[in-house]
Amino acid sequence: MTAVAESTVHDTSQIPAPEGSLTVTVKIQRFNPEIDDEPHWESYDVPALPTDRVLNLLMNIKNYVDGTLSFRRSCAHGICGSDAMQINGINRLACKVLVKDLLAKKGKQTTITVAPIKGLPTMKDLYVDMEPFFEAYRAVKPYLIAYGNEPTRERIQSAADRERFDDTTKCILCACCTSSCPVYWADGSYFGPAAIVNAHRFIFDSRDEASEERLDILNDAEGVWRCRTTFNCTDACPRGIQVTKAIQEVKRALLFKRV
Amino acid sequence: MADSTSALALDKPRSPRRPAARRNNFELYSWVFMRISGLALVVLVLGHLFIMNILDGGVHRINFAFVAGRWSSPFWQFWDLSMLWLAQLHGGNGLRTIIDDYARKDNTRFWLKMLLYVAMAVILVLGTLVVFTFDPDIPAS
Repeated sequence: MTAVAESTVHDTSQIPAPEGSLTVTVKIQRFNPEIDDEPHWESYDVPALPTDRVLNLLMNIKNYVDGTLSFRRSCAHGICGSDAMQINGINRLACKVLVKDLLAKKGKQTTITVAPIKGLPTMKDLYVDMEPFFEAYRAVKPYLIAYGNEPTRERIQSAADRERFDDTTKCILCACCTSSCPVYWADGSYFGPAAIVNAHRFIFDSRDEASEERLDILNDAEGVWRCRTTFNCTDACPRGIQVTKAIQEVKRALLFKRV
Repeated sequence: MADSTSALALDKPRSPRRPAARRNNFELYSWVFMRISGLALVVLVLGHLFIMNILDGGVHRINFAFVAGRWSSPFWQFWDLSMLWLAQLHGGNGLRTIIDDYARKDNTRFWLKMLLYVAMAVILVLGTLVVFTFDPDIPAS
């Protein structure tokens, strides 16, 4: 079964409906570059338990209704960061959103809309080209840089020094933040929140010696000064990283020449 | 695949796509300027509005003599001049970032910015000229 007209009713009777399940409508933005000129919406009425994750519903649709439905997912437990998508208009990991949190008021039909994340080219269905995202990530040199002779023992760091950048070590590079940023949508040359978060992780690491290099990169026209503090990134982060705060800390480091 | 961007990316997989950083503090200074000028403008503009529209009789007492009387004092000249410069640069810089965000082509971006800079320059020069060369004794013609 390939892409069909929007009005088609999909046969979802093959999906096993466990006891206690209810029917929800999953409205997915579909796009097949070999057939479609532009994306369109398709709806699937599927059985769902309140404890199901949105990813379960997508897997059921893929396994029992339409095998061509494309999306990324790997660990399915909110660690790998593969299944970032726009769920009900908000960037989330499909494996961390439970159906019970999306249910409509009593007696009303629940509709869950699922679309690819914005600002990155959609390749197929919910699957986007992540290369611009990773290009910005690589550009901030997200690895330890230390000069001089290699130490013969571990690089020691105090608990307080480690705490300084603890928040930004949590990033799983899912692109929820970057693809929720209006400045990133408008012009793809902005580094985006995720790249700045990963720069922050090394800029404020006492063992790293290239803070200045990274600050220089982020001081450029496409760097932190394009941030408008809309807080979309902080709201979107599935790991609860205070992304906007991290960006502000980089701005402050640039402003006062102090890390 | 119909997508042409992926074909282009494969041409030179390792070519750098981001121009090297320019390593200057222009964006930093313009960001700081926006904060400071914004604070100053809150005082200047609200004070201006209060004097012009609310204080004794408000807008009804404004005429040539009123303006001439105000500009005979260097304090009000300085107030109006700094308001002019700060508002122009603050607003111009804001529009510059908006153009950077929303213009899709480099050409559009360039011409919109040129239009903006020319407009800013004309208003700044004209306004400054008026504040400094204002002559209350214009002969009635």
